[in-house]
Amino acid sequence: MSATDAAANAARVPVAGRTSSGVRLRQSLAGWFFSLPFVLIFAVFLAIPLITSFLLSFTSFGLRDLRNPVGASFIGLENYAELLGDPTFHTALINTAVYVVAGVPLTLIAGLAVAVALNGAVRRFRTLFRVGYYLPVVTSIVAIAVVWRFVLSPDQGLANLLLRAVGLPGQNWLGNPALAMPAIIAMIVWKNLGFSMVIFLAGLQTIPTSLYEAARIDGAGKWQEFRYVTLPGLRPTMLFSVVTTTIGYLQIFEEPFVMTGGGPLDRTMSLSMYIYEEGFSFFHQGYAAAIAYVLFAIVAVVAVVQFRILRSET
Amino acid sequence: MTLASDQLRQAPVTAVTADRPRGRGFTGWWIYLLLFIGLVLVVGPFIWMVLGSFKPAPEFLRIPPTWIPEAPTLDNYRRLFEVLDFPRFFFNSAVVAVAVTGGNLVFCSMVGYALAKLKFVGRNQLFLLVLATLMIPGSVTVIPLYILMSMLGLTNSFGGLILPFLATAFGVFLMRQFMLGIPDELLEAARIDGASEVRIFFQVVMPLATPALATLGILTFLGSWNSFFWPLIVASEDEMFTLPVALATFATGAYQADHGLLMAGSLVIVLPVLIVFILLQRLFTEGIATTGIKG
Repeated sequence: MSATDAAANAARVPVAGRTSSGVRLRQSLAGWFFSLPFVLIFAVFLAIPLITSFLLSFTSFGLRDLRNPVGASFIGLENYAELLGDPTFHTALINTAVYVVAGVPLTLIAGLAVAVALNGAVRRFRTLFRVGYYLPVVTSIVAIAVVWRFVLSPDQGLANLLLRAVGLPGQNWLGNPALAMPAIIAMIVWKNLGFSMVIFLAGLQTIPTSLYEAARIDGAGKWQEFRYVTLPGLRPTMLFSVVTTTIGYLQIFEEPFVMTGGGPLDRTMSLSMYIYEEGFSFFHQGYAAAIAYVLFAIVAVVAVVQFRILRSET
Repeated sequence: MTLASDQLRQAPVTAVTADRPRGRGFTGWWIYLLLFIGLVLVVGPFIWMVLGSFKPAPEFLRIPPTWIPEAPTLDNYRRLFEVLDFPRFFFNSAVVAVAVTGGNLVFCSMVGYALAKLKFVGRNQLFLLVLATLMIPGSVTVIPLYILMSMLGLTNSFGGLILPFLATAFGVFLMRQFMLGIPDELLEAARIDGASEVRIFFQVVMPLATPALATLGILTFLGSWNSFFWPLIVASEDEMFTLPVALATFATGAYQADHGLLMAGSLVIVLPVLIVFILLQRLFTEGIATTGIKG
């Protein structure tokens, strides 16, 4: 826009050609000048590591090679072949799928429910609710884990106190292989529902009130209103939320790491945790890079598929 | 930005209440009841954390547990600051968060401005690159990044903690979206007056971008203050621990059963965030919503 403006101005001035090409050159130089720091940071700390990671996944890079990284031996597709028969990798893959399949809908439904409730008749305490539900989102996961581990502890934990109060036996939430995953998913939903609430609240603002009035004139009830006005109106917001939340859950690391360390019996270990374990506990960096690229491929495929759907539907 | 969306938010509500007393959507006392039960479940653990940090160790063994400390004590905090090196961890966290925030404010607005308002060869490609990197999982780059840092001798240093995060794709995206709204006429006028591009950026663009800078600053500070994955990897020596790394180390190690101490430690991490968040909560929620919806 500005270049054409400048050209239009220049047409009235005698030195037309020189001015417009001068402006263009100046803008081009300025553009790259302003982009330079970012481009440098990105090249060194993102682009190069991204490529290196790919190369690493074809090597047996380990602790010894840290002194001489270029000397790591090339082993072709061996890491990837090993992954196929690695039971821990299979467990991590399945666990990650469970995190996504259970976590994404629960988070979005909880966030949507609170947003719709807040957006309706609730005017008193609105800010209190908004701030309250959003609080876990801004809180350090490590601090949250400290409290939740106590809440879920077998003897004095609040969760078991509630169970015992209604006559049910207390559970060893984080120690029981069948219960650890549901307990962690509950915590993740608890932590993240505020974020999707805020996104949905913003989406609800974009639905014109006239649609609700029309629905009311047509005699629609609350549920019909929700079903035929609110939900369709939220479609773009919903698709955005599904994409970002899914990508987030695919990379889940911190929550299981601080709650269980991946246990019991690897039942809560995610792909990102397995990358950490292989790369920084066992120092099999080549192998860890291969797992990382599998995760990257999954994220990329899921993102592309979801963006396609997003584009075709909006 | 904040002001405009505030007005948007207020307008329909007042318009609706004027002619429709019951409001729109779901109404009734049971909505309040459900929201309050939810709120108790969400905020309860925080209250538990605050109260617990003042409890002496034996009180945690009580069945049923006490909510209000019977013998409140500051001993947990005393141990945190005198026995463990929490002032040091606090300092580390603060230095990293301030540096990362400063870097993002400067570098992201520079590119954001260039992408939104300057015509240059490769601009579209650069923007596509930024968009593409938004979804790269951190665990993909973390291994080479660690190898790079150990080659440069930057593990266990502020450089290692700060450098990779000085500019983020999210920040660039946020600033670009905001700067698209700055009128071209203002920039043209400054150019005709003979201002240099650098001067235009600092004296015209940056003052106009204050709302976006505030949002970016808060979100970046918070992200850095709470960040855990990278500091856990790059800081292996006690003296370079940030608060979350230190707390996680104590919570899974020697102080595992020392609930009062751990809750006091949690509060030290949470309190600064809590204060900033409650004071500026609109900037958070609306900043996120704006980038989310426009994205």
